[in-house]
Amino acid sequence: RTKTQNFCRNEYNITGLCNRSSCPLANSQYATIREEKGRCYLYMKTIERAAFPRRLWERVLLSRNYEKALEEIDENLIYWPRFIRHKCKQRFTKITQYLIRIRKLTLKRQRKLVPLRRKIERRENRREEKALIAAQLDNAIEKELLERLKQDTYGDIYNFPIHAFDKALQQQEAESESESDAEKEDEEEEDTDRREFVEADDSDLSDFEDMDKLETSEEELEEEEEVEKKASHSRSKGKTPLKGPARSKRPYVNIEYEEETEPTTKTKAT
Amino acid sequence: QGSAAEHGAPPAPERVLFPPTFSVSEIKNKQRRHFMFLRWKQQQRKEKLAAKKKRRKEREALGDKAPPKPIPKTIENQRIYDETTVDPNDEEVAFDEATDEFAPYFNRQTVPKILITTSDRPRGRTVRFCEQLSTVIPNSHVYYRRGLALKKIIPQCIARDFTDLIVINEDRKIPNGLVLSHLPEGPTAHFRMSSVRLRKEIKRTGKEPTGHIPEVILNNFTTRLGHSVGRMLAALFPHDPQFIGRQVATFHNQRDYIFFRFHRYIFKSEKKVGIQELGPRFTLKLRSLQKGTFDSKFGEYEWIHKRREMDTSRRKFHL
Repeated sequence: RTKTQNFCRNEYNITGLCNRSSCPLANSQYATIREEKGRCYLYMKTIERAAFPRRLWERVLLSRNYEKALEEIDENLIYWPRFIRHKCKQRFTKITQYLIRIRKLTLKRQRKLVPLRRKIERRENRREEKALIAAQLDNAIEKELLERLKQDTYGDIYNFPIHAFDKALQQQEAESESESDAEKEDEEEEDTDRREFVEADDSDLSDFEDMDKLETSEEELEEEEEVEKKASHSRSKGKTPLKGPARSKRPYVNIEYEEETEPTTKTKAT
Repeated sequence: QGSAAEHGAPPAPERVLFPPTFSVSEIKNKQRRHFMFLRWKQQQRKEKLAAKKKRRKEREALGDKAPPKPIPKTIENQRIYDETTVDPNDEEVAFDEATDEFAPYFNRQTVPKILITTSDRPRGRTVRFCEQLSTVIPNSHVYYRRGLALKKIIPQCIARDFTDLIVINEDRKIPNGLVLSHLPEGPTAHFRMSSVRLRKEIKRTGKEPTGHIPEVILNNFTTRLGHSVGRMLAALFPHDPQFIGRQVATFHNQRDYIFFRFHRYIFKSEKKVGIQELGPRFTLKLRSLQKGTFDSKFGEYEWIHKRREMDTSRRKFHL
């Protein structure tokens, strides 16, 4: 309902507005265009048939050709009032236009709307939350990473001498100083040497500035003593988002060199 | 409340003497019924507490001889056994995997190249999500779809050597669906995506993922279906991760929800690792798996989630 016009609800109305001139009930001589399944028909009502409601509306199929159909309308509505003729043709034009559009659209992809079911949405969200809690993602990821570390998938990148330290400790406690374990002895000796240094220092690494120095100094040592242990190179590459500022119990290889550099770095750190 | 108390208290002792006839739900008066129900609940709670205390005392009294604590039932414990669970030593599965569509990837013959696109007219959030996703997945390109039909772009993608196609579907300005299609005649998986968090929404100290190839963790993909989905997801990433990058992408399946996270890890010591989350996060739920490439009308579905049949039990999961 617009400000000035009402809409007519009668399905045979030609303009769609409720006026005296375009009401099919008010006029005894009336014509409309309607379309069914893509074909347009011309419906006509004359006063002679007003007494026979069943035969009231006469239907004429219009041709598919636009111009021919217009001619047919003219032919059928000859001698009819100008208004009805004009409006019929207008309506027919409009109908053919939208039929063309429909045909074009069906060729393109059409968006299929699938309605959401509220209950199901809620249920799934709740289940997702519970699954998230049950998953304990951080723990799972950490466990997996440690597993991979243990299974040596990372190769030689990470080398935690603490592991070797424990091994060496075990070896010492087992007192397996047999000569067959010559290699182990060498390692043990190195370990014991280092171990002495460790006991002297309780220092922890506070910055990864230290790592740079350690790396360089270690590299020198590597050449000298053919130490296989390296600090993780990745840490010194400057990409480390350190989880916490302080790391405790660094491998003692590093600590050995910390002895020299420690006082300076501590001042730097503070 | 006063009247309820008065009414509630006197008749109760009488009725308690005739056990079979008393039930809280038989009282017609709502106020009284409510009151009686609360009282019954309190009683239950008290009894439960008393039973607990007793059990604890018994346990302490027994000391070392006490029987081991019973394991609490969780949904994972009670999960209905799925016949298609993959046994690690299953030959048939191993054979299948050697000959399915991902075999060339797992034999390192192909390098994955991903095309990420969206549905029509993506809104800001989806666009940003696509960008972030492309930083997470190495060798991926984002192309906007301006009304192009999927069926037409698939042959073009194959011609340009893309191995995978990701379409992010959008609804009301948030991404809510993901279609992952392995291109040369591979399976197509359609997921429902939820709880998408962009990089700035994750509480972190502002880091960006570098261009290194991340590692991939696939957790909990137990059944055959889960296995194939897992392989599909793993096929998105190049096979040789760069460990110096220390990045890891995780697909964790829990109760049919696949959680995706992207972290950077650092080994603080041998027993401890720290992880820091970068990159977007989202959860996926598998809706359907098609055998061929994406085809909504004529595709052959390997698996569809049928709500009525598959959602009947709370302890049944398919992935």
